[in-house]
Amino acid sequence: MRVTLKVWRQQKADSQGSFESYPVENVSEDMSFFEMLDMLNDQLVLAGKTPIAFDHDCREGICGTCGLFINGRAHGPLTGITTCQLHMRSFKDGKTIIVEPWRAKAFPVIKDLIVDRISFDRMMEAGGYISINTGGTPDANEIPIPKANADEAMDAASCIGCGACVATCKNSSAMLFVSAKVSQLTLLPQGQPEREIRVKNMVAQMDKEGFGSCTNTGACEVECPKEISIIHIARLNREFIKSSF
Amino acid sequence: MLNSKVPAGPLSEKWTKHQFDLKLVNPANKRKYNIIVVGTGLAGASAAASLAELGYNVQAFSYHESPRRAHSIAAQGGINAAKNYPNDGDSIFRLFYDTIKGGDYRSREANVYRLAEISNNIIDQCVAQGVPFAREYGGLLDNRSFGGAQVSRTFYARGQTGQQLLLGCYSALVRQMHTGKVKFHPRHEMLDLVMIDGEAKGIITRNLITGDIQSHAAHAVVLATGGYSNAFFLSTNAMASNATAAWRAHKKGAFFANPCFTQIHPTCIPVASEHQSKLTLMSESLRNDGRVWVPKKEGDKRHPAEISEDERDYYLERLYPSFGNLVPRDVASRRAKEMCDLGNGVGETGLAVYLDFADAIQRLGRNIVTEKYGNLFDMYKQITGENPYEIPMRIYPAVHYTMGGLWVDYNLMSTIPGLYILGEANYSDHGANRLGASALMQGLADGYFILPYTIGDYLTGKLGENISTEDEAFEVAKTDVKGRIETLLTVNGERTVDDIHRELGLILWENVGMARNTAGLEKALNKIPKLRDEFWQNVKVSGTADELNPELEKAGRVADFLELGELMARDALNREESCGGHFRDEHQTEENEAKRNDEEFTYVATWQYKGKESPSELHKENLVFENVELTTRSYK
Ligand SMILES: Cc1cc2nc3c(=O)[nH]c(=O)nc-3n(C[C@H](O)[C@H](O)[C@H](O)COP(=O)(O)OP(=O)(O)OC[C@H]3O[C@@H](n4cnc5c(N)ncnc54)[C@H](O)[C@@H]3O)c2cc1C
Ligand code: SF4
Ligand code: FES
Repeated sequence: MRVTLKVWRQQKADSQGSFESYPVENVSEDMSFFEMLDMLNDQLVLAGKTPIAFDHDCREGICGTCGLFINGRAHGPLTGITTCQLHMRSFKDGKTIIVEPWRAKAFPVIKDLIVDRISFDRMMEAGGYISINTGGTPDANEIPIPKANADEAMDAASCIGCGACVATCKNSSAMLFVSAKVSQLTLLPQGQPEREIRVKNMVAQMDKEGFGSCTNTGACEVECPKEISIIHIARLNREFIKSSF
Repeated sequence: MLNSKVPAGPLSEKWTKHQFDLKLVNPANKRKYNIIVVGTGLAGASAAASLAELGYNVQAFSYHESPRRAHSIAAQGGINAAKNYPNDGDSIFRLFYDTIKGGDYRSREANVYRLAEISNNIIDQCVAQGVPFAREYGGLLDNRSFGGAQVSRTFYARGQTGQQLLLGCYSALVRQMHTGKVKFHPRHEMLDLVMIDGEAKGIITRNLITGDIQSHAAHAVVLATGGYSNAFFLSTNAMASNATAAWRAHKKGAFFANPCFTQIHPTCIPVASEHQSKLTLMSESLRNDGRVWVPKKEGDKRHPAEISEDERDYYLERLYPSFGNLVPRDVASRRAKEMCDLGNGVGETGLAVYLDFADAIQRLGRNIVTEKYGNLFDMYKQITGENPYEIPMRIYPAVHYTMGGLWVDYNLMSTIPGLYILGEANYSDHGANRLGASALMQGLADGYFILPYTIGDYLTGKLGENISTEDEAFEVAKTDVKGRIETLLTVNGERTVDDIHRELGLILWENVGMARNTAGLEKALNKIPKLRDEFWQNVKVSGTADELNPELEKAGRVADFLELGELMARDALNREESCGGHFRDEHQTEENEAKRNDEEFTYVATWQYKGKESPSELHKENLVFENVELTTRSYK
């Protein structure tokens, strides 16, 4: 098959970006979207042009490194997958595909399709952990945890930190990401001692980073590749209110 | 020359005694030491966090944008520990024994025993961090049997164990970043090791966004930079995984051990197109319930549903009645290759075998199967377009893990004083074949519980030592690094980096892959240097040195694979025996099983770099077994 890509090109963080078009021939349906980009990039290199920079690593939907806005949707047209899991069989022959980076104030573009998500790390630094040191911990089976709680904590913990929730939110809110961590640790007995301080500090850092506020549109949940539920946002809100008294 | 520093005394007391004998750094003095940790996967992040908790100043580096992106995140199946929670007869000694035996007696007894001892602390540590391991209805932790173990000792978090363990280490690490005890340098790639008076005292990095080449000095350097499976181009590793840090250290004097010990994983999704960029692993936990088969008839291209029970060959169950589908990875991989070589392979290419869940779905019900393997089934469907609930999965072996790596002594120090190697980057406890769910265990043992003790022994002697990046050694190394980058950018030939990398991968896969022989290895040794020359004369790397330039990053890594690949072949040729993942056609039993040569090869083959013009020199660390008897592995 043959597709035309309209790709956002931007040399550096502070340079002006613009769209450029690239026809791509001989695309096979079994190729992943990134394999199609690899092929195009090899052609660009040989033609003496600058290949398109995009972030990726595991190419199996778990590292959270990749993330493109494709035809106006975070991680492309399918739900429940990351960009690297997208295959060309999901596109029609002859179509134009628009490819953009995540756009959010707290995610500045570094180059082309690569953005800086270091703000996610800083929110984790503000409280996304249980304050214990290595060694001296009790036996792992000392504290039984109801299976339902453990399972729900695992649901929340599945967040891969990709930032699709932010990119897709009209307010660029990071609530889904932050709530996933708060929720995981709130659901577990190990997380109780720092329950209040954690939610306070993480929310404060989120505001400081310039993410927008959450107006409960639920768009994040729809585009999240790990299908993290907005139930966790509700839990964060409850925890936050409790922590303020 | 190689001193393993294994302490004397009974096996079960060695580590305890050694910890007592190691010199300690006074708590008040720890803040006077700077330590560099390169790599923040499981091994590096756990080490960096633990060192900082003790009071050391840590500088951590990763080419990733965040520690949470490390390749460790992709581990699916689980992590072993000798807790014996299921009461099925496990013990520290059994975990030790299984690991030594699984490694085909090519690892060090004392190290492996220590690993088994520490395994239990790791689980406690992770649970305390909030890692949501799978649990039973009573609230206690669930275990499963994994990768050929006859006891259930594997802890898991759905099919995302590596992710949850890495996020655990990452949480410990960000906590230390917050206190300022760890300074993390994201998107910084180490491009050289700096030595002063024969000891490791710093590194040179490239800032991957600006291209800036920087020097960093410290009292000791720790590499936790992962394995080198990507030498094969196609592997289950993440795209950026590479050997550059380890290889540069090797060229500065760190010996490389058993480079030919690579692991081919039996359950991966087969290659689909010539543009394939990587291979995806289907966790081998699937072999607990899935049954492997091929059609009995050669070249049978019928739909699997049309092939009746008696026309199927469940060859693992047939050949290995007691282990069946759960034989170790090397055995399962080799048998799959054999079936395909015989013409019984399935799928369009004939390079695949079936992994069938029909029985499991019938026995356990679809819900349980979904609960256990749902995300793996989804992943498979996403990639292949086929639904494994209805049609058996097609699987084929792929390169997955490297047991070889930089040589370390019992303290995890390489042959360069002050240079420590952790995790998959070291030659370690897995011998010639790693058992499932034991790499996560080893990486975390190294990082949480071994290095933080052993490094003090080296550091005590260095109190007050002032290391400055002004030292001439840093300038020399920096100039080298810049020169190399300049050369890569000026070749301006006609082949892309990936194109040459693919060719290298094919040479290695065909000749230094699942089955090796003299003729093939000699062919590889002839072809690789030629390809290396081709690379330096004909590669085309676009862009400049002072910008974000992924092509340039890849080029530097492939240049190193082109050297390492040759050493892998040389090592495989030297080892005239079959053991674990290293199978030499010339050395097999009548039943086509690996035939070890304990008389001559019970050693770690350790290679010293001798410069561009001369071949590497072999040094042997003889392995001594005092607690186990060397038997022939049998899974019949
Ligand atoms: C798909 C898959 C599934 C697996 N499943 C399991 C399993 O179920 N159980 C199990 O026990 N094992 C499993 N393994 C193996 C296991 O995941 C790895 O061996 C282990 O995670 C390696 O950890 P590490 O910390 O040594 O290295 P990595 O996680 O690879 O981390 C390497 C780090 O080094 C950094 N780095 C490397 N080079 C440089 C450089 N030059 N400069 C700066 N930074 C650098 C990287 O940025 C990264 O932070 C699996 C492996 C794969 C591929
Ligand atoms: S919540 Fe979902 S969309 Fe947001 S970062 Fe996590 S995985 Fe990505
Ligand atoms: S590249 Fe890892 S999630 Fe897409």
